[in-house]
Parts: sequence; structure tokens; C-alpha cells
Amino acid sequence: MNIWLELALTLVVMLVVVLTASLVTIYVELKAGSHMQARIGPYYAGGRWGWAQPLADGAKFLQKEDLAPAKADRPVYRLAPFVVMMSALGIFAVIPLGPDLVGAKLDLGVYFLLAISSFSALGVLMAGWSSANKYSLIGGLRAAAQLIAYEIPLILAVVAVVIQAGTMSLIGIVDAQQATLFTLGGIEVALPFILTGQLVSFFIFMIAAVAELSRIPFDMPIAESELTMGYLTEYTGIRFTMFFLGEYATVVGFSAIAATLYLGGYGAPFLPESMANVAGPAILLLKVSALVFVIIWIRFTWPRLREDQLQSMAWRWLIPISLINIAVIAVFKVAF
Amino acid sequence: MSKGIKFPFPGLFKGMALTFKTMVKKAPVTMYPDVKEIPVPRARGVISLDAEACTVCMLCARECPDWCIYIEGHKVEKAPSKPGGRVRTESILDRFDIDYGLCMYCGICVDVCPFDALFWSPEYEYSEMKISNLLHNQERLGEWLKTVPEPPALES
Amino acid sequence: MTSRQLMHRSEVAVSVELETPGMTLNIGPQHPSTHGVLRLVAKISGERIHEIEPVIGYMHRGYEKLSEVRTYAQITALVNRIDWVAGFANEVPFILGVEKLVGVEAPERAQWIRLILTELARISSHLVFMCSFPLELGASTPLMHMLRDREHILELIEDVTGGRFHPNFNRVGGVKPAYGGGSKTKKQSMDLPAGFFKRTLKAMDLMDQTCEDIDTLVTGNELVRARTIGIGVIPAEKAIEYGMSGPNLRASGVAYDLRKVDNYLPYDQIDFDVVTRTGGDSFDRYLVRVGEIRESVKIIRQAVDIIPAGPLQAKVPRVLKVPEGQVYSRAENPKGEFGYYIVSEGGKMPYRLKIRSTSFSNLSILPWILVGQLIPDLVAIMGSLDFVLGDVDR
Ligand code: SF4
Ligand code: SF4
Repeated sequence: MNIWLELALTLVVMLVVVLTASLVTIYVELKAGSHMQARIGPYYAGGRWGWAQPLADGAKFLQKEDLAPAKADRPVYRLAPFVVMMSALGIFAVIPLGPDLVGAKLDLGVYFLLAISSFSALGVLMAGWSSANKYSLIGGLRAAAQLIAYEIPLILAVVAVVIQAGTMSLIGIVDAQQATLFTLGGIEVALPFILTGQLVSFFIFMIAAVAELSRIPFDMPIAESELTMGYLTEYTGIRFTMFFLGEYATVVGFSAIAATLYLGGYGAPFLPESMANVAGPAILLLKVSALVFVIIWIRFTWPRLREDQLQSMAWRWLIPISLINIAVIAVFKVAF
Repeated sequence: MSKGIKFPFPGLFKGMALTFKTMVKKAPVTMYPDVKEIPVPRARGVISLDAEACTVCMLCARECPDWCIYIEGHKVEKAPSKPGGRVRTESILDRFDIDYGLCMYCGICVDVCPFDALFWSPEYEYSEMKISNLLHNQERLGEWLKTVPEPPALES
Repeated sequence: MTSRQLMHRSEVAVSVELETPGMTLNIGPQHPSTHGVLRLVAKISGERIHEIEPVIGYMHRGYEKLSEVRTYAQITALVNRIDWVAGFANEVPFILGVEKLVGVEAPERAQWIRLILTELARISSHLVFMCSFPLELGASTPLMHMLRDREHILELIEDVTGGRFHPNFNRVGGVKPAYGGGSKTKKQSMDLPAGFFKRTLKAMDLMDQTCEDIDTLVTGNELVRARTIGIGVIPAEKAIEYGMSGPNLRASGVAYDLRKVDNYLPYDQIDFDVVTRTGGDSFDRYLVRVGEIRESVKIIRQAVDIIPAGPLQAKVPRVLKVPEGQVYSRAENPKGEFGYYIVSEGGKMPYRLKIRSTSFSNLSILPWILVGQLIPDLVAIMGSLDFVLGDVDR
């Protein structure tokens, strides 16, 4: 096939997948969150269960005037949502939905992921700075501090996986989780990494991911009750929508990364090789949904931490723990 | 880790269990426009006027804390009931408006009316797009009279 | 070129030695956590507050002045709008004061009804606190759960008085005896509706469950503890100095409750405890309120047993003329001491009404307590002080 056609096709498919995923996530958050709060949430939009609420919200946002504060640093202000959105989309480029269903087969997939996902920090900082609003500025700075602090445990948690799998390619990591560990009564048993010694790094990864996403309990950069809306304060209309979609796309993205790295990705036990490309996306979707649900669930239960508590948690607990974790895993890797 | 915070953070997960339980339970919601919420009989929803009973004594208009009752009336002479008797006057109500844009639903007017011409009705569906339409005239106030409920039984 | 660069460098060196200029942050009047329209002008550097100046008055409705041209009955309708989450509790001290001036006393049943409704108002006010306090810490679920449960309390209040927030149920010499109140037929008594006690007891059982839910969702939550324990400590002397009262004072270890101190309403016939904590921090202020919900439930359960039958109104003239004199009347509101200083020169209206509103006095500690705190702590502290802007500005 023509390389350009292939590229365009991949792009379109990816965009559709990502947008649908984030719209669905928004819907689930609205609906599940409402029920957790003894409400019913969206109900009328779209006829049944209010399924069209995210679309209706989106349509409403698009109609809003695209305002920029008078003293805003306009080019930067305009650009910031694109940077965030790009980083969110970039994550999906390398996540394998099946052995062959992947946007770009990179040998250094993990490396690319970590790089592109921290790109959003730049967008957030840009938004915070250029809004010419003190609340936005504080929010942006908080976000920057937070992203720097949590990037490290995140990377360290991933490094543990890379050591165990012995590869940086995401497909390689999934394959490693499907390798037969032992045979039990004639059945070949393969276990995802979370069951084979990566429990600690899984938790560290999820904590760090939630912090990167700046969602409750780590939503200080937005912190509605403190900073009105943090770096989002001044955004309206389509730019706000982009931040919003970007946030949910990143939620899905990070859940997909976690599912791939720790929960076996598109693979499932007893899945015949030939089915992997067909059933893979569904299996991954299942795992991702579970993780996304937990993130939503947490949001509707817990309050937020304080910025300095978050920092001390990262530097005093998560980083040392993940370093020890790496050491232990490395020792095991060498020993066995 | 001070202040009674222990490591596995049991409180966090107990909270999550509670929200999950709430999620699977039915939400205590009245689907308002489809299902109407029935207010209690004493609810102060809207004031209804029994124009027959009103004697245009103006007490309600005077006692209203924000003077949102507008009353106009005139007196007519009534023929004496028996020939040679005293000529009596009767007050006729020309206008009785309550401005619900101002009313603070205190109930003083209903309290002070000495002739039982005003009643509370628990009806609440009379919002308007224009604030001037919240001024209910005599006719509209009279219509509310149909919705006045029986008083509830009392605790012995 | 070099010299200019040198100049430049030296300038930088000078400005480094000087203090970095702080940033002035206007928190409010439109801010999610100022409960309306409080404005705080904060001088901050980083997130640390150096100086803070509360600016109030954005919701000044002039109730003190308005009251000078309103009859006593009309003022009752006004005062329950001061602290709108506990409307009934605002009426009580005012009516008690007028009764003292006139020299009448409400019949016993009326007193007990007042007591029950005051306690219901207390529960509902504290439940609103249970909404707003976690919300300011970032937890949005307690808000919905507590609002859901508060509905049962409001329903009870509405059942009796006809109003959910603004009962306007107290009359000089008792509680509202009847609708109409005229000479004709349709007079309907405003005594408690049938089944009220049963519904109340059921709601009280629900409140027990609610308290447990609060404990699970908020008290036991380690994040809440991390955010509030040791934050915004107000020592007892400071609290007294600034005229704080109510749960905020009791959290600092001062067992001062007007229900015990003053002899008003038949509180002396009821066995209840004054909830106190010693820490004086945000978490303790929160815990005191949870405890008070439990105590109020206890009080209502007892009151429902004791309440006697009888008339609702003592004999008072139809057109109430209050003799010359002045009185300060106070009561324990959900938020603390709520008082009215009523000056009468005879006649239907007071000459002057001074409202000692609770939140105003409780807020006066802000400039002292907030200095040196971080912005997130500011939100936690303000949430724990539990103020209502209508009560601050009147
Ligand atoms: S309820 Fe109160 S404010 Fe409304 S019309 Fe009657 S007296 Fe006036
Ligand atoms: S107080 Fe009653 S009788 Fe008098 S004017 Fe008002 S409604 Fe009519």
C-alpha cells in the first residue's frame, strides 16, 4: 500500500478511536459519578440514559466565543491546548491493540511514550503563564512542579518493567507477558507482570499517572475550590474543549499504558495466536475500562492533597520505594 | 505518617466501598417534569384569594413586609334592607394583585386577613419567562383557590 | 556594551538582596470557596500568605435599618433570612427578646416545638457544613450525600411550618397558632401535623446512618486528616479574644454552650452533652459538628417524648405594642451565639435593632489565623469556620 495512504488511514482511525474513547470516558464519568453521589446524572440527552450528553456538551462548547484575556500572551495562549492535545494523541500512536494493530511499531515504544506523555506539562505551563491570570499562573506552576516530581517515579516504575521484559518495545513487553512461565497439569500458564513481581511498580505507576493527569486526589493544578480552575480559568469554547478532551484522552492513554505494561495488554490467557488481532482490542478495552473506572471512582470519593504533601510523597516515599523495587527486580532477573 | 494515619489507609477504601454501594443503589430522585413532587399541605406555594370573602379592609396590603399586594376598591351604597332603614355601604374589590416577584412568602398576609379570604396553596409551578408576568391578578389568584388542600390532621 | 552588561548584573544583584515583591491575590468576591461574596485581599509570596484583609459587605441587605420600619411580626420574617441555612434558629432569640420586653411567656408546648425545630435547624445547618467542608478539600461526594439526607430534615420543618428554609413560625407569645386567624370558619390550627413524631423519630434513625456515612466518607479518610489535622489551630484564649462562639469555640476546648449557660427554652429538662475538643484545629472544628449532630438527635428523641399537649399561643393583644425598654437576647445558633439587642420606644416597631450575628464574629479571626498559611490551607480553614455570608453582612 501507498505509504501516505497508510499513514492517513492510521491517523484517521486513531483520531476516531481516541475521540470516541474520551467521549465515552466523559460519559462514564458523568453517569457513574452521578450515581456514586446518589444522583442520576445526564438523562434526557439522546433519548435514553442521556448517552449524547458529552456530544451535547461539546456542541455547546463549540458555540461559545473563543475569548482571550486582554493581557494574555496570545500566540502562546492559543497554542497551549494544541500542545496538550498533541501529547494526548501521541500516546495512542504506539499502544498496540493487537500484534499488528499499532500506529507505529517502535522498538523504543516505552521511551517514546514517556517522552510524549510529559509533553503535556509544557502545554499546561504555557496555558498557566499566558493567561495573564494569577490563579492560572499558580495553577500552571503547581502543574509543572507536580509533573516534574511524578515523572521520576513514573519512569522508575516503567524501568522495572523494562528490566523484567528485557525490551523497550511495547509489543515485546506484551509478548513477554505471554511467555509460558510454567506448566501446570499440561496447561501452559502465562501471567501478566502485575502477578509476577510488578505489583509495587504497578501501584507506583498508577499513583504517578493520576498525579500526571492532575485528577483527584492530585488535582491541585485545577483545584476548583482553591484556584477556581487553575490554568483552565480563562479558557472558553473550543480551546477549553480541547483541554477537556485532552484530559480524558490522557486518562484513557495512561490506563492503556498501564494495561499494556502490567496487565498483559491485548493478550489474554488461552487466547489462540490467530485470534490475537481480532480479540486483542476488545481485551485491551476491558482492561482499560477497569482502570479508567477506578480512576473515576477515586475521583468521586477522595478529597485532594496539598501541593507540598504531594511533593513530599513523591520525593520521600515513591522515589525511594521505586528505586528499591528496581534493585529487587534486577536481582531477581539476574538470579533466575 | 503521624496524626492517626496508618499505612494501608483503610479509610480511603472504606469510603470507596460506600460510594460503590451508593452507585448500585437506586438514586433517590424525583424525575421532576415527568413525576411531580407532592408538597405537604401546609407548604407555602402560592397565595390564593377568595374574592367573595374579601372586604377590601387592606390589612394584608398594609402588613405585607415588602408591600407587594396592590388593592383597589370602591364603595357603593346599598339599598336599605327594609324601607326607611339606614343606607349601608359595601366595598367592591376592583383590583387585587400580588407581585410574586417581590413576595417573600412570609405568610403574614394570610395570617392577618380577618375574613379568611387568603389561603396558601402548595402549588409551585408558576415560573415565568418575564418577571412582570409574576404579577398575579385577582382572577389568577382566584384560580389558585381550587388547589388549596384540606388542612392535615393534627398530632394529638 | 560590557559596562552596560555589568550595570545590568549589579542591578540584578541588588534586587536579589531586596525582598521579592509579593503578589496581591484577590480571593473573591466571586470565588468558589468564599460561600458567596466574601473578598480576601491576600499578599502572597509563592503560596504563603503574608497578610490578608477580609473585605465584607458585598451582601449587606440592611436588615438592622430595615427593621426600624417594620413591625415585630414582619421582622420575624426578615431575620430568618440572616443565616439562611438555619432559619428557624434565628427567629428564636429575637422572639424571646420581644417576649421579654412585652412580658409574656410562651406556653409550654410552644416552647417545646421551638426546641425541636431549633435542633432540626441545627442538624440541617451542620449537614450543610458537612457538604461544604469536604467540598473545599476537593471531595464532592459528601456534598451530595449530605444534601440528600438533609432533605428529610427540611421535609419535617416544612411539614410543621410550611417553609423549608424560612419557617417564619415564631410569634410573640408562642408559635404560629393558626392560618387565617380571623372571625370566620376556615381557621386551621398550626399544631404539629399527625404523624410528625413518628416521622421525626424515623428521620433521627436516618441521621444515625448519616453520621456513620460522614465518618466513613470524611472522618476516616486519611487524606482529610492529612489536610486538616494541625491546620489553623486557634488556641482558646485567641478564640475568646476574637469573640468566637459555638462549635468553633468548643473545638478549642472551651465548654461554652448557651443552651447550658442561659436558661432559655426547656433545655434544662433534657440530658445532653456539650461536645468539646481540645485541638482547636480544622479537624476538631469538624469533629465537634459531627458530635453536635449526634447530640441534637439525642435531644430531639427526648423532646418528642416529653412534649406536653396544650395551647400554642399565650394571650397577646392583636396589635402588638411593645413597651419602652431594651433587651439583649441571645441563643445558641448552629454557628454560635446569635443575639439581638432590641431597643423599643414603645409602639409597633423597634427603635433600633442590633444583630450580633455569629459568622461575623467568627470571621473576625481571619486576619490573624490566615497569616503564614498556604492557599490550600486557607480554603480548609475557612471551610472549617463554617460561615454564611448572609450572616456576616446581614
Ligand atoms: S406572603 Fe408576605 S410578602 Fe408575600 S404577599 Fe403575603 S405578606 Fe406580602
Ligand atoms: S386582609 Fe383579607 S379581607 Fe382584608 S383586603 Fe386583604 S384579603 Fe381582603
